[in-house]
Amino acid sequence: MKRLAAYLLMLLLAACDGLWNDPYPSSDEGRSILYTAFTERPKHLDPAQAYSENEYALLANIYAPPLQYHYLKRPYELVPLAASAMPEVSYQDSRHRSLPADAPQDRIAYSVYEIHIKPGMRYQPHPAFAVDGLGRPEYDHLGPKQLEGVHAPGDFGHSDTRVVHAQDYAYQIRRLADPRLHSPIYGVMSQYILGFREYGQALQDALKKNPEGHLDLAAYPLPGVEVVDDTTYRISIRGKYPQFAYWLAMPFFSPMPIEVERFYEQPGMKERNLTLDWWPVGSGPYYLSENNPNRRMILEKNPYYDSETYPPHGEEGDEKAGLLHDRGKKLPLTDRVVFTLEKETIPYWNKFLEGYYDASGISSDSFDQAVQVGAGGEASVSDEMRKKGITLSTSVATSTLYTGFNWLDPVVGGSSERARKLRQAISIAVDFEEFISIFANGRGVAAQSPIPPGIFGYREGRAGINPVVYDWVDGGPRRKPVSEAKRLLAEAGYPNGVDEKTHQPLVINLDTTSSGVGDKSRLDWLRKQFDKINVQLVVRSTDYNRFQDKIRRGDTQMFYYGWNADYPDPENFLFLLDGAEGKVAHGGENASNYSNPEYDMLFDKMKNMENGPERLAIIDRMLEILHNDAPWLWGYHPKNYVLQHGWLYNVKPNVMANNKLKYWRVDPGERAQYQKKWNKPVLAPLWIGGGLLVIFAFWIRRALRKRDESR
Amino acid sequence: MIAYLIRRMLYAVPILVGVNLLTFALFFVVNTPDDMARMQLGIKRVTPEAIRLWEQQKGYDKPLIFNRGASGTGKITETIFWQKSASMFWLDFGYSDDGRDISREIRTRMWPSLAIALPTFLTGLVFYISFALVMTLFRATLLDAAGVALCVVLMSISGLFYIIGGQFLISKLWHLVPISGFSGGIQGFRFVVLPVLIGVISGIGSSSRWYRTIFLEEMGKDYVRTARAKGLSEIGVLFTHVLKNAMIPILTGVVVVIPLLFMGSLLTESFFGIPGLGSYTIDAINAQDFSIVRAMVFLGSLLYIAGLMLTDVSYTMVDPRVRLS
Repeated sequence: MKRLAAYLLMLLLAACDGLWNDPYPSSDEGRSILYTAFTERPKHLDPAQAYSENEYALLANIYAPPLQYHYLKRPYELVPLAASAMPEVSYQDSRHRSLPADAPQDRIAYSVYEIHIKPGMRYQPHPAFAVDGLGRPEYDHLGPKQLEGVHAPGDFGHSDTRVVHAQDYAYQIRRLADPRLHSPIYGVMSQYILGFREYGQALQDALKKNPEGHLDLAAYPLPGVEVVDDTTYRISIRGKYPQFAYWLAMPFFSPMPIEVERFYEQPGMKERNLTLDWWPVGSGPYYLSENNPNRRMILEKNPYYDSETYPPHGEEGDEKAGLLHDRGKKLPLTDRVVFTLEKETIPYWNKFLEGYYDASGISSDSFDQAVQVGAGGEASVSDEMRKKGITLSTSVATSTLYTGFNWLDPVVGGSSERARKLRQAISIAVDFEEFISIFANGRGVAAQSPIPPGIFGYREGRAGINPVVYDWVDGGPRRKPVSEAKRLLAEAGYPNGVDEKTHQPLVINLDTTSSGVGDKSRLDWLRKQFDKINVQLVVRSTDYNRFQDKIRRGDTQMFYYGWNADYPDPENFLFLLDGAEGKVAHGGENASNYSNPEYDMLFDKMKNMENGPERLAIIDRMLEILHNDAPWLWGYHPKNYVLQHGWLYNVKPNVMANNKLKYWRVDPGERAQYQKKWNKPVLAPLWIGGGLLVIFAFWIRRALRKRDESR
Repeated sequence: MIAYLIRRMLYAVPILVGVNLLTFALFFVVNTPDDMARMQLGIKRVTPEAIRLWEQQKGYDKPLIFNRGASGTGKITETIFWQKSASMFWLDFGYSDDGRDISREIRTRMWPSLAIALPTFLTGLVFYISFALVMTLFRATLLDAAGVALCVVLMSISGLFYIIGGQFLISKLWHLVPISGFSGGIQGFRFVVLPVLIGVISGIGSSSRWYRTIFLEEMGKDYVRTARAKGLSEIGVLFTHVLKNAMIPILTGVVVVIPLLFMGSLLTESFFGIPGLGSYTIDAINAQDFSIVRAMVFLGSLLYIAGLMLTDVSYTMVDPRVRLS
């Protein structure tokens, strides 16, 4: 018994070296490690498949596509990453004859992007690159015996690297058409990259003929992608599409070494989760050294990454904010990033307060504890946070959350005056400023149109307001009174919310997937907004599948929806209302099926233009049409609030760049000091609890002895 | 006994087929293969062609349960039901719809679940029985009344409250253990303490009351009176005779859950960041991943049947009058 107690004590002491509540091993202390969390496991880590934010949080730090967003400058600006310079774009007519750079858009049949990559860039260490004494791949004929005990690339005895070639970028573009990968952008790229659809079809046919065999992506022609030399490749796209450069900043266009794909295709690999979708291989600043999406994922500094330094310039105020102290230093500035799975907000938040996460978002539950809002509406950290040295950074997301009207609905849809005025009346009645204040803790900007702040086409001040819903009063927008909404409603033929033709009260249905307890208050609030103009709102809650089905069939009147930008260009928002994108007619992204010939014509003209006064004028007109037609309740653009500890440096919100981790720097010494200060174990409860237990045991023993003696 | 076990195993086959059919029907009433494809491929920019290709490659382009177009046995075997379910009977769970090996996932995740569930189960069992015995020992006294009242109070509190309260008190206020997380080896001890403690405390109310009732019933029986008449101490009576005779009802409730221990607990694992199996099924239902759902339901049924068989076997060990034939 004594031996067992001694063993248990030793176990306890061994387990509790350092701070008792420190979730990290003591060997991490003092190291340049960034601690962060993820709330949802990534579905894909293959750059041809991944498309969600939580996947990009990892992948964008592992892969190095040709371009990236400047970390500090605003508005968002593309700069070279793996490319040695911005791509050179040349134009050709339908017979592939060169055109001048200022050629009219209708003459441009093809745009050719010539990309030069930096010479000498190298991949992360990986066994697929390991070679034997004769220069042959060391692990290219593996059998079950060699794979015994292997669960991760690190379990192979050797690993190596190799230089990135232009061929690797071209190969990855081919992978986007691989039918086994189901790349989400295959459809979009088929419209643009020359011969891409035919190439994809050829691969599909080959796969159909031999479903289990090896599919050689290089064996089929793809005229739109051409490798010029080791550091140069060209992509030919149809027409003029300036937004293509933004795609080049996404992991979809990263380099993929063909030997890595071959390595993972060997028998026995998939059964061990040794796939590109589980163990990505890139040339970016970090590589994935541990992948346990149920617990934690670790990014380790790529020892071969030496092609990038901290930006020397930013925008005004960056110098003062200390964001340029590390200018010129080699990236990444942190050796390791540990992502821990935190499904619940309470432990996440508490660990941040204990100093075990370097940065954190703010959940609604913790908002009042973390943030105070000044008289002018400006947010700052609370006194409690300030004492801990925590700072707050905010940014408006390049996304929009809106409520759509179905254009195909006979009551709220269509271009009739009656329906238009009804939509305008509802647009005034539903007070999104109030919604943001109540349900988003003020973390949002009421939208005036689909275009969020920071995107070309968004206008500040009076010129930017939606004149149908707002008046400009005392230097700011003020929502029109409800009386105006009632007037419009009466003009629409529903005086006081009653249809003057049928004498029936006007009932409007909202389809939503919201059905939880937390959603009830939001839906009640929305009902009250409609009550203001005596219109009845019926909420039709449904599950996700049925909701999507209704949207596809156009079987809705109103619905909640949202959009997160792929790239910071107005085209990526305005296309959501393009008639050619109609959900019912074309299966596109225009969920409200809005259609206005003038808008569609202007969109076609605007979408491929360079930013400038002419494009801005067209956008202004498009927004005017939208304000008047009111196909959406414009909703709001959410604001991101991020808290960070004082030992974390170089944090600047950048909603477009996902590869931010390489710029961040931590001071581990300062962090350790604070952690020690904040996390001293309180032992008194242990002693008191133990004492009470001993007293209770003695009391029982005495009582039993007494009882036995009395018998 | 072996004949009995073989018979029970054979009975299990139609039960498992039935469970599979039911799971299949319920799943596909709510989700169509199109919905599943959309969920896997994402919401943005998904084309009908991509959906068709996904269904074709994952085998969801076949008829659900009966293939009129096929001939012979193909009418049954060339269906989604057969192709997704038949292999499970030789415990080949295949791959999830996002391409991960399900058996491997189960093997990896069952250990963290067990690391919490097993100590909670064993510590809880010892503690609940001891506490119930103490209450029985002091029956009809102030201690017993206080114990019962405490049990009722503990039973009335939601499980979530124990977790949040425990994390607040022990981790946040006293800084004694990490608030969440997990680690293998000896370092894992400090991550396990709090969830185990909370798991044990949250079960005190219902379990101790249940055991107390069992013990009290036994205390009124003739053999207890005889033992006392022979001069045995109260503790001797309780631990030597009452506990032994109360084993049948205790085993009925306890043994059946043993095989299910490694399936984990959704709430505990979610709040404590334990990488176990607790959320695997729920996550799969949310992701509309039929391959995982059917595998986990099949495994759950199999383990439950195994638990029932183990219970029967355990009866023969504690009560010589029980014979399995």
